[in-house]
Amino acid sequence: MIPFAWNVILAVLWVVLTAELTVLNLVFGLVLGYLALAIVQSQMPALDGYAQWVPRLIRFLLFYLGEIAKSNARVAYDVVRPQWDFHPGVVGVPLEASSDGEITVLANLITLTPGTLSLDVSTDRRVLYIHTMYIADEAAFCAEIKELERRVLGVMR
Amino acid sequence: MTEWLQLLLTTVLLIVGGGLMLIAAVGVVRLPDLLMRMHATTKAGTLGAALTVAAVAVHFAEAAVTARAAAIILFIVLTAPVAAHAIGRASYFAGVTLWRGTARDDLRGKYDADSHTLASGLEGEQDPDDQTPSAR
Repeated sequence: MIPFAWNVILAVLWVVLTAELTVLNLVFGLVLGYLALAIVQSQMPALDGYAQWVPRLIRFLLFYLGEIAKSNARVAYDVVRPQWDFHPGVVGVPLEASSDGEITVLANLITLTPGTLSLDVSTDRRVLYIHTMYIADEAAFCAEIKELERRVLGVMR
Repeated sequence: MTEWLQLLLTTVLLIVGGGLMLIAAVGVVRLPDLLMRMHATTKAGTLGAALTVAAVAVHFAEAAVTARAAAIILFIVLTAPVAAHAIGRASYFAGVTLWRGTARDDLRGKYDADSHTLASGLEGEQDPDDQTPSAR
């Protein structure tokens, strides 16, 4: 969070110094700030890893948008076709994520992906119970959730 | 040229967004049990509403409208899964029956209504998180 705050401060400084208040200029300032932070990050422990974190975040967002589009199309098609073959079920998926924040973000992201709905977390926070519409291939389903979790943790840690 | 593109983008966003919300409504009527209906309303409904608001932002192409549209989308995306989770969880523990085609139910018998605890089914095993706290 702190490196990102620095990035925003640098971008605002860029906008103030160039005296051109447009969205495009602010974005340009953000890019410049990011490059500057990437150069100095090896000398400042507070910034450590920020240059690697931003591309990871962008890749995650693209991946997640793709997932949402893909699975929305799938659910939409399944809802409207006359004969459906759902295999719904409640699955307990073991969690890697440990802190409250990580579990919250992961559960919300899972709920937003069509076809899966987080129901509850066990009291000892080791299993997330997910209701899914497609359980025909259980191993593939678990692998999908694990893949999403890996990427979420890659961004949050 | 720009106006034409703007019009096209607005139209596409509105049609896709409206179509998704229609599908959400159809899903609520057609799907067999409450949890599956929650799927239809939260996902297709959220994306449909977000696309519609995005269409408004593209149509007006003003900073003030765009900022508000972004805020609306942010709040929809933040609140919809929480509401779905709360309703789905409450319905499950209140004993709403699942569809007879439900293939699997890992949650059955895991909830203790007296102590309000939910078992993980992993109690006997060592928690890998406890063994290697230095790994993270």
